[in-house]
Amino acid sequence: MSRRLRLTAVPYALYALIFIVAPLLLILYYSLTTGQGTALSLDNFRRFFDPSDTVYLRVLWRSLWIAGVSTVVCFVLGYPMAYILSRMKERTRHVVSFLFILPMWMNFLLRTYAWMTLLERTGVINTVLKSLGLPPLELMYTAGAVVLGNVYNFLPFMILPIYTSLTKIDQNLIEASEDLGAGRAITFFRVVFPLSFPGIMSGFTMTFMPAVTTFIISKLLGGGQNALIGDLIEKQFKVAGDWGFGSAMSVILMVLILLSMNALSRYEKENAGGGLM
Amino acid sequence: MKVLKGAYSGLIFLFLYAPIVVLIAFSFNGAKSRGAWGGFSFRWYESLAQNADILHALRNTLIVALLSAVVATIIGTAAALGMHHMRRGLANFMLNVTYLPVLNPDIVTGISLLILYVFIGINLGFSSLLLAHITFNIPYVILSVSPRLKGMNRHIFEAALDLGAGPVRAFFKVIVPEILPGIVNGFLLAVTLSIDDFVISFFTAGPGVSTLSITVYSMARKGIKPEINALSSIMFVVVLLLLLTVNIRAGRDIRRRAQTHVRSHSPRALSSREH
Amino acid sequence: MKLFRCFRYGLLALCLLLLASCGSASAPGGDPASVTLKVFNWGDYIDPDVTDLFTQETGIEVIYTMFEANEDMYTSIKASGGVSHDVVIPSDYMIRKMINEDMLRKINLENIPNYDLIDDRFKDLDFDPQNEYSVPYMWGTVGIAYNTTMVDGPIDSWTALWDERYRKNIFMMDSVRDSLGVTLKMLGYSMNTKNEAELQEAYEKLVAQKPLVLAYTGDEVKDKMIAGEAALAVVYAGDAITISDENPDIAYVIPREGSNMWVDSMCILKTAQNPEAAEAFINFMCSTPIAQRNWEYINYSSPQTEVIAQMPEEFQNNPARNPSAEELARCEVFEDLSQTTQYYEDLWTRLIGA
Repeated sequence: MSRRLRLTAVPYALYALIFIVAPLLLILYYSLTTGQGTALSLDNFRRFFDPSDTVYLRVLWRSLWIAGVSTVVCFVLGYPMAYILSRMKERTRHVVSFLFILPMWMNFLLRTYAWMTLLERTGVINTVLKSLGLPPLELMYTAGAVVLGNVYNFLPFMILPIYTSLTKIDQNLIEASEDLGAGRAITFFRVVFPLSFPGIMSGFTMTFMPAVTTFIISKLLGGGQNALIGDLIEKQFKVAGDWGFGSAMSVILMVLILLSMNALSRYEKENAGGGLM
Repeated sequence: MKVLKGAYSGLIFLFLYAPIVVLIAFSFNGAKSRGAWGGFSFRWYESLAQNADILHALRNTLIVALLSAVVATIIGTAAALGMHHMRRGLANFMLNVTYLPVLNPDIVTGISLLILYVFIGINLGFSSLLLAHITFNIPYVILSVSPRLKGMNRHIFEAALDLGAGPVRAFFKVIVPEILPGIVNGFLLAVTLSIDDFVISFFTAGPGVSTLSITVYSMARKGIKPEINALSSIMFVVVLLLLLTVNIRAGRDIRRRAQTHVRSHSPRALSSREH
Repeated sequence: MKLFRCFRYGLLALCLLLLASCGSASAPGGDPASVTLKVFNWGDYIDPDVTDLFTQETGIEVIYTMFEANEDMYTSIKASGGVSHDVVIPSDYMIRKMINEDMLRKINLENIPNYDLIDDRFKDLDFDPQNEYSVPYMWGTVGIAYNTTMVDGPIDSWTALWDERYRKNIFMMDSVRDSLGVTLKMLGYSMNTKNEAELQEAYEKLVAQKPLVLAYTGDEVKDKMIAGEAALAVVYAGDAITISDENPDIAYVIPREGSNMWVDSMCILKTAQNPEAAEAFINFMCSTPIAQRNWEYINYSSPQTEVIAQMPEEFQNNPARNPSAEELARCEVFEDLSQTTQYYEDLWTRLIGA
């Protein structure tokens, strides 16, 4: 029977072929061109990995680092929230889960501007501090502000998949564990947490990947002083007009992240059912 | 424990809604800029009603968001289901392909789609915009539905068939209720992302087809108009109110139905149903 | 049943919003038989009634689309083969680039009698020396906006941006052309230099300045200066006007070393489907009543002589709105850097990527 169910992926496979794979091939093609002549070359990749000029590698490293920190913060904040959410009454759950993404109905640029209104020297937080007689804080234009922007924008993408997989856990398993004498903590770490792993995977994917390539957040909240890889890619397409190098950076990112995703899913498979402790 | 949970949820919501509160407050700002407070005023709400460009962009935004989310939810749910029943290697491969649009910077996705459209001769216009939005929405639906499928008992579908249900009926009666939260989340994410997108829309929309995001970003050079704050606040409050009323109504429905059940079924049947 | 009930949350909310907005606007496109003109312009860069007035006068329908930056406009036209627009309004250096790449069509000035109303200061500029491809629309300069309550004495030189007293109180532009440009000017070089030694020297100046800079900003600098976030900012004259309208403490100066003058001009794409209508539109935009309307709405400087003559006296003497001939003489217009663009970009990547 599962053979027939498999066919339901066919429309997507066709759609993906045209609208995902074909544009990817275009990017791949551009990454092998340099703008001079039509010959294909690896020059763009050499430029990126040039050992005598590591500026691009440093930017890449910084982007991965900031995205990683943002993802971990999202996870630490998001998991308990997803857990609380999954324990709510079914009806409340639907409403509350919608409340997590409702803020995104406000335009991204407006939301980010609103954060500036909160964080600036003359902003809401510093005004409150001042009226309490406390010294002002420099909150804007720091790496922390960029992480905050990322966490704010991607937190729902962490909470929702984890919540989805938590609600899928068979209550009988939890009861069985408790009947067998496991305490709440042990039940959580040996039963609930491992079973929510698919959701955690989705959450990491949906948070980390866009965080690596984000650019407006680093520009607006970070003050544009510490460029991220997304900034550089955007610049190649928009300002420098070097589509080849911009595409090459995209390809490098894709390969890098697909490799790490694969490693992660292998890790998940090895640990399936085994628990994490 | 309950207090702790409430406090934690409260803090998370404070974090998520602080900028929204700021935005709504500034929609009543008499001054033109975010940088100064010019007294309480409804002037931006008044001038919003006369701004045909913004309202037109709103209409486009909502149509694209709804249509693309519906299509993406159908294709994406079907795809997640199919991939769940595939050989692991093939499923992994498809999943990886699915990740890519999530990973690609928007500008790369936008430009590559634009080149593709020109290449295969799709005229830029409303439909090109719609196709682009479906494209970046599908992965989020798949990523929302998949975890739900992974936790599902593989055999219930076959059990339903063995018990005489047709495959379509079995699908809607057995699988859909199991994965519904994933589908709903995927759909809502898709609507939201579609409303929020700027870069991909800019490159894939044809002349005269503007969305709210395009309007907002292109205003940035001259200063974003406070009418946009007013509009965002209205959208936000309308959606919130609708959500709450529908929810209260639904709650009443459930209670009423439960009462009918009490009258027509034995208490035992009701309790097993609720479980 | 359960499926429908749950979907209602999202769907119902959306449908009602949709309905609410439906009555308000009509679909784009319209009657295929009528003549249409597709205009591609900066956001919020025209009086919204002007396109309707044009349709009333000529019967030509206007399909209006907006862009955020010259580069967005260029990329979108380039990648789509240019079929989607007739009239575009890029800035100087971008016009040069588009002329070089054969993307623009020569304008027949005989069809634009109102061209005579454009001030001679904005004709024969380097990016279009024979005025074959472009008709000026709006213009301005680059300078320093400073908060008079936060600086010691008046500012009149770019060197203020390297003054230790203003550490973490300076906004630079997040744009290589503008930031390197003002540095080159401070050093006495041309903003359009292709000399690598000069560029290297300017780059080192920027590296030395980085610890003093609060942020490299874009459009958001206006709100920041209004709120008093920093003492000094490199801004476009148009932004300085916006800022000082909201915050009277802000003054604008074109530093004595000279600066950049920019011009946004109307052009017709090579691939335009309707060049006659495009010329009619450009002529219409140059007419006094329409130029006046646009000037009042946009609040930048207009190149139209009658609009300039009718400005109130306090505007005539405002360096942001109407720089003196002497100030303008020290300004340069950006040229397209062609191959050197990459060198500029590399320096910038090194500055903000380090």
